[in-house]
Amino acid sequence: MVFYILRRLLFLPLALFGVSLLVFTMIGFLSPYQRLATFINNPERLKGENVDKLISQYGLDDPIFIQYLRWLKNVFRGNLGWSYVGKGPVFEVILERFPYTLELTIFSVIPIIFLGISLGVISALHHNRVVDHALRIFAVVGWSFPDFVFGLMVLMVFYSALGWFPPGNLSIWAETVVKSPVFRHITGMLTFDALLNGRLDIFWDALRHLLGPIFTLTYVELAFILRITRSSMLEVLQRDYVRTARAKGLSEKVVINKHARRNALIPVATVSGQTVVGLLAGTVIVETIFNRTGLGSFMALAAQQLDYASIMGGTLFFGLILILGNLCVDVSYAFIDPRVRLE
Amino acid sequence: MKRETRRLLKKFFSNFSACLGFVLLVFFFIVAVGAPYIAPPKSARDPYMMPIVTWSSNPLPPSPEHPFGVAGKRDIFYGVVWGTRTAFRIGIIVTVVSTLIGLAVGSIAGYFGKLVDEILMRITDIFMAIPFLVAAIVLATILGAGLDKVIIALIVFSWMYSARLVRGNILQVKEEQFVMAARALGVSDFMIILRHVLPNSIFPVLIQASMRMGSLVITAAALSFLGIGAPQGYADWGALLNYARNWMMGSQGEALRYWYMTVFPGVAMVLFVLAWNLVGDALRDVFDPRLRM
Repeated sequence: MVFYILRRLLFLPLALFGVSLLVFTMIGFLSPYQRLATFINNPERLKGENVDKLISQYGLDDPIFIQYLRWLKNVFRGNLGWSYVGKGPVFEVILERFPYTLELTIFSVIPIIFLGISLGVISALHHNRVVDHALRIFAVVGWSFPDFVFGLMVLMVFYSALGWFPPGNLSIWAETVVKSPVFRHITGMLTFDALLNGRLDIFWDALRHLLGPIFTLTYVELAFILRITRSSMLEVLQRDYVRTARAKGLSEKVVINKHARRNALIPVATVSGQTVVGLLAGTVIVETIFNRTGLGSFMALAAQQLDYASIMGGTLFFGLILILGNLCVDVSYAFIDPRVRLE
Repeated sequence: MKRETRRLLKKFFSNFSACLGFVLLVFFFIVAVGAPYIAPPKSARDPYMMPIVTWSSNPLPPSPEHPFGVAGKRDIFYGVVWGTRTAFRIGIIVTVVSTLIGLAVGSIAGYFGKLVDEILMRITDIFMAIPFLVAAIVLATILGAGLDKVIIALIVFSWMYSARLVRGNILQVKEEQFVMAARALGVSDFMIILRHVLPNSIFPVLIQASMRMGSLVITAAALSFLGIGAPQGYADWGALLNYARNWMMGSQGEALRYWYMTVFPGVAMVLFVLAWNLVGDALRDVFDPRLRM
C-alpha cells in the first residue's frame, strides 16, 4: 500500500515536468512580443520602444532550452506574468479565483453522485421495465446535452421567466457586505465564509446564486454515474453471493442494500473521482453562462481577450490540479478496493 | 462472414434507440449534403459565411421569410442548415485523424512494449493532464482565428483516448497464438501489426470513435460559443447560441420572447449529439457481448 502510493508520488514530478514542457511548447508558437507579456509583471513596462530592448534583455531570442529553464525558474518563484483580465499578477488572480470554482464543484458533486447512484440502482432493479427505459432516455438525453445549451435554457426558464436562479455570485446588497472590512475572508468560498461570519442571510443568497450552475452540471454529468451504477448493479445481482443471500432467506431489502449495492459501488467510486476532477475543469462554460467569478470563466475571458500570460498560467494550474486530483483518486481506490493494491 | 454481417445488422436494427439514432444521422446527413438546395446561398461568396439579412442588431421572430427567426443580423435557419455541414466536417476530420494517430501510437507502444511503451504512455498521460476543453481553448487561441485552427487544436488533444485503447487491446492480442505463429514464420513487425494485430482490435476503436463524435462536436461548438476559433459570422451552431446570450433575459413581461434564438440551434445540437451517442451505444452492444445488459 505504502509502496503503491510512493511509486505514484515518484511519477508526480515527472508528470508536472511534462505538463510544463507542453505548456512551454505552446508558448513557443507565440511571437517574442506576445511572449514578453508572460514574463513582465508590470504593464507600464510593456509600452513604447522599450519592447525590443526587453526582448533581448529577457533573452527571448536565446536557444529554446535556455528559455525553458529560465521560464521554469520564474514559474517556481510564482511569477507567471501580469494578467490583463484579472488586473493583477496571474498567480495571485488564480489563487483568488480558485476557491469559487472549488465551491461550485463541491456543491455540484453532492447531487450528481447521490442522484446518479440512487437512480442507477432504481434502474437496475427495474431492469427492462418502464422505469428503466424512462431513466435510460433521461440519462442519454442529459449526456447529449451540451452544457451551454442546457445552461442557456435553465437561465431562460428558471431565471428570466420564473425568477428562481439568479446569475452572478451574490445580490448587490450582499456584495457590499462581503466587500466591507467587517466581513472576514477565510476560505475564499462565499458560502463557507458567510457561515463562518455567522451571516445566514448571505449564505442563503450565495447558495441561491449557485443553484442554476448546480442544476445544469447535475443534469449534464449525472448520466455517467447513473449508467455505471446501473450496469455494475446488474452484474452484481447475478453473482453467486447474492443468490446465496436470497437462498438464506434474507429479506430483499437486506440483500440489495447490504450484499448487492455495496459491491456494486466499487466501480462507481472510481468514476465519481473522475467526475470530481472533471468538474473542477469543466466549469469553464457554466461559469461563463451564469456570469460567475471563477477559474473557468477567467480562462474563457483570457482566451477571448488574448491575454496570453493568464491563459498559460491557468493551463499550468489546471494541469497541476488534474494531476494531483487523479493521484488522490488512484490512491483512494487502493483504500476502497483491495484488489488494486495487489496489481 | 456475410451471414455474420447480416446477423449483426439485424441485431443493430432490432434495437429501437439504434434505429432512432440511425434515422437522425441519415436526416442530418441529407441536410448537410443538400444544404445548397435547402438554404441556397444568396451571393457567390463563401457559403459557410452566414449572410447579413438585416441592419438592426435586434433579433426577429420566425416569419415566412426567416422560418427560424433572425439573430445577430443573420438568418438562424441558414445557420442551422450550414452549421450541420460544419459539425460533420469538424467531427469527421478530427475523429479520423486523431484515431489514426492513436492507432499508430497505440500499436507501437503495445507491440514493442518495455521502454517504448513506457515513454509513449507517459507522453499520453501528459497530454491527458490538461482538461480537454481548456487545452482546446488554449491551443486554438494561440494558433489564431479559423476553423482549421480549431480542428488542429482538437486533434492535438484527442488522439490519446484511442491510443490507450489500442495499446490495451494489442497487449491482449499479442499473446495470441496466431501472432506467435506469424513471428515464427519471420513476418516483419510492421506487417504483423498491420495484418494480424490491428484487424483483431479495430472494432472497439471504431465504436469509441463514434461515441467520441458527440463530445468533439460539443467542444468545437463550445469554442465558437465562447467566440474563439471560427471567424465572426461562420455558420456554426455554437456561434448562433453565442448571439442568444445577450438576449437571454427577454423583455419586460415577456421573459421567453427570444426563445427561438436558443431553441433552434440548441435542438439541432442535442439531436446531432444524441444520434451519435445512440448509434455508438448500439454498436457497443452489438459488437461487445460482455457489455451487453
